[in-house]
Amino acid sequence: MRMPVPNTDIITNRSVIVERLQQIVPSGTFGENVISDPAGLRAYECDGLSAYRQLPLVVVLPETTEQVSEILKYCNEEGIKVVARGAGTSLSGGALPLADAVLLGLGKFNQILDVDYINRAVVTQPGVTNSSISEAVSGADFYYAPDPSSQIVCSIGGNVAENSGGVHCLKYGLTSNNLLGLEIVLMNGDIIKLGGKYLDSGGYDLLGVVTGSEGLLGIITEVTVRILKKPETARAMLIGFDNVALAGDCVAEIISAGIIPGGMEMMDKVATQATEEFVHAGYPTNVEALLIVELDGPSVEVTDLILRVQNIVNDLGSNYIRVSENEAEREVFWAGRKAAFPAIGRITPDYYCVDGTIPRARLPDVLIQINKMSQKYRLRVANVFHAGDGNLHPLIMYDANKLGELERAEKFGIEILKLCVEVGGVLTGEHGVGVEKRDLMEEVFTEEDLKQQQRLKCAFDPNGLLNPGKVFPTLHRCAELGRMHVHHGQTKFPDIPRF
Amino acid sequence: MDRTFVPDSKNEILDIIRTTINAKKSVEIMGTGSKRGWGRPNQTSELLDLSNLSAITLYEPQELVMTADAATPIQDIRHVLAENGQQLAFEPPNLSPLYGGSEDIGTIGGIIATNLSGPRRIQTGAARDFCLGFEAISGQGEEFKSGGRVVKNVTGFDLAKLLSGSFGTLAVMVSVTIKTLPRPEKTRTALVYGLDDKRGIQALSESLRGSFEVNAAAHIPAEIAEKSSVSRINGRAKSVTAVRLQGPVTSVDARCQGVQVLWKSYGEVEELHSHNSACLWKEIRDIYPLLSNQTDQIWRISASPSQGADLVAKIRTAVECKIYFDWGGGLIWLAAEGKLRGVGVIIRSALTSFGGHATLMRGSLALRLASDVFQPQAQALSRLTKSIKENFDPARVLNPGRMYEGV
Repeated sequence: MRMPVPNTDIITNRSVIVERLQQIVPSGTFGENVISDPAGLRAYECDGLSAYRQLPLVVVLPETTEQVSEILKYCNEEGIKVVARGAGTSLSGGALPLADAVLLGLGKFNQILDVDYINRAVVTQPGVTNSSISEAVSGADFYYAPDPSSQIVCSIGGNVAENSGGVHCLKYGLTSNNLLGLEIVLMNGDIIKLGGKYLDSGGYDLLGVVTGSEGLLGIITEVTVRILKKPETARAMLIGFDNVALAGDCVAEIISAGIIPGGMEMMDKVATQATEEFVHAGYPTNVEALLIVELDGPSVEVTDLILRVQNIVNDLGSNYIRVSENEAEREVFWAGRKAAFPAIGRITPDYYCVDGTIPRARLPDVLIQINKMSQKYRLRVANVFHAGDGNLHPLIMYDANKLGELERAEKFGIEILKLCVEVGGVLTGEHGVGVEKRDLMEEVFTEEDLKQQQRLKCAFDPNGLLNPGKVFPTLHRCAELGRMHVHHGQTKFPDIPRF
Repeated sequence: MDRTFVPDSKNEILDIIRTTINAKKSVEIMGTGSKRGWGRPNQTSELLDLSNLSAITLYEPQELVMTADAATPIQDIRHVLAENGQQLAFEPPNLSPLYGGSEDIGTIGGIIATNLSGPRRIQTGAARDFCLGFEAISGQGEEFKSGGRVVKNVTGFDLAKLLSGSFGTLAVMVSVTIKTLPRPEKTRTALVYGLDDKRGIQALSESLRGSFEVNAAAHIPAEIAEKSSVSRINGRAKSVTAVRLQGPVTSVDARCQGVQVLWKSYGEVEELHSHNSACLWKEIRDIYPLLSNQTDQIWRISASPSQGADLVAKIRTAVECKIYFDWGGGLIWLAAEGKLRGVGVIIRSALTSFGGHATLMRGSLALRLASDVFQPQAQALSRLTKSIKENFDPARVLNPGRMYEGV
């Protein structure tokens, strides 16, 4: 992985930087807020994409927005790069440190500030975990809808930075659809409030723009989310098919019938069998594809919708159908799906999780292609999908100790992602670009497309100091982007002023 | 207008924008012009009329996705969706009557560019939540795209959000891809009569906190309710508090009953069936109750629902106005006499203690010159806004000054 060349002047100047950070963020109640010893830094050397590791220059753990502002202002003035980190669960290397960058951890922003049932909103600091928000409001039967699999540990600030999804986003939307407000700090130290407990602020939708911007635009210091009343009932169905195309048809027909399930997941035979052996969720092990369809809402509605789905399934010729009869059983149905990744981890030394999105109708085709690639690369693959929204997670199994297998796995992953783009989908549905898919961006975007995205970056961070080396294969200098119509070295309108 | 361009294709737009940059001029970007009265007064003498860019180029109902040229009439889109049992769930309002027209001549591009959403906003999201991707021409004369045709997509920055609500100041949208959703099978509206603003919003809030899956919630004071064409709303001289319930038949009946039971303690309850429900929510969506006087100035205020009633009470102490509430009390539509000056200042000074923002939706040219049409921004945010404009449209070619001075 090619990363920006470290600035040796910054590295040489490390002790001065550490000292200045200590002045801005003095030791707090919970000990040191600036970490500079090698053993302490080791804990921050990677995120969830652990194939890439790098010790940061220094770690700083501010406790207030003002401290974040001062740190950024100082770094901006001195030309020091900054990488933000929430809980470090990114699967795409979004929080991968740089040798010449300050790693700014938001772990001490760990308080829920306001629970407001009247306006159905929670104001929280960014380091609070996703599931803590739901837990804080569960007594009143509310919850926060986006539920990434890492929800017990991932932070809400990180969810905003990555626009995280989860199994329930088919019906309830991604992070961006469930956000009301943000406080962010720009690289120049400006503190900006976006939105609040009201909807659709005027002006550019910067709330939407910052969501999913992978730490390149600003540092999130406060988050206001919308909370929802828990559905009165939820019931899950296990539906098995003896071929994958039928399962794909089933997904399409449910949606066509006007039904938007709370969740609609698919696993192939390899994933189903591995999962069943691991958690004994009662999954049928003889089916080629297993769907988990969850319907939620008022109980009369759920009963009605289950009947409709059963009719669709019967017409298609399913060979297995089971409906959860109680909450415990529903949880068991999901326990299997949620343990699918560790279950694969039991049958292979290593696996590589791919994340692409395709139009739903292409599911069967794409699955056939993936299986062909599996033969070509001589690596097994298990497929777990958020089928309702066409988000694929093929798990490529390999052994890092066997020469060449990691490279084969990566090539296999790249070929899958290219296929996703080819059939009308995208490179990443929910894990982010980070460093992992950075060099594939040109598969989706032209140079001009990427230029526009970088112009946004330039508006927020003209010196390119926030999280460099992520998302963009090449980061142009902002001044270069201002040059207009440079095609093949020729300027089309030579007489207009340059900016 | 010095000149009007009426391009037929993306390439023609590209040429026009490059020529405009070259000539150091600027253009006003227009679909069909249904919302030209919204924004700061036009400051350019050239018009880019996109109305020939009108076609639905992709519609896959099973995939819940549609791509349409920017100036495709919203009526055409509604019609095609309805034929397939689908709809635009964010319920875009018809603003034509607000600006003196009648039929809905709005376009999909105009709706995305203004991020215009109706009553269902509180449950399903805004226009910006349904815009999956687009193709556009930048203010530097480049053709580009962003997003895609799938909902789950975090590949790069979400420029679809940036263009939603940017009033054409950052790029010329050529086509947009939107998410479609099934139409509900059945609709019922539960009503309670005679509540004051505070109690009305309380009733809405209580129903929204329940398990009723309310997807629209409005409170209409008595004087405004009079204007409704729905017989159970007008002629009673009473305020009306209403929530809409949609979905499968059995479920809607049960939930509508549930709300009425909940509201028994508030006052006299009633329900509306499909036809009357549709009429009522269309009126609320299109600001119909405030349109009886074409010279009134109209404001749209977004605040936290729990403070809506107090905010209005405070505004009323300083200015005579007619109002009603949508979005569970969080959206306030306000009409005041057109000649009054300083209404915006009164509203915004009230907002400083309550939080929220206000937009002048309709006002005379003089009023739009004298007032901030959009909520004034704090210094740092204003700097950032200008910086975005500077990066995307450095020559100020696209709708300059439509939102803010210099943007």
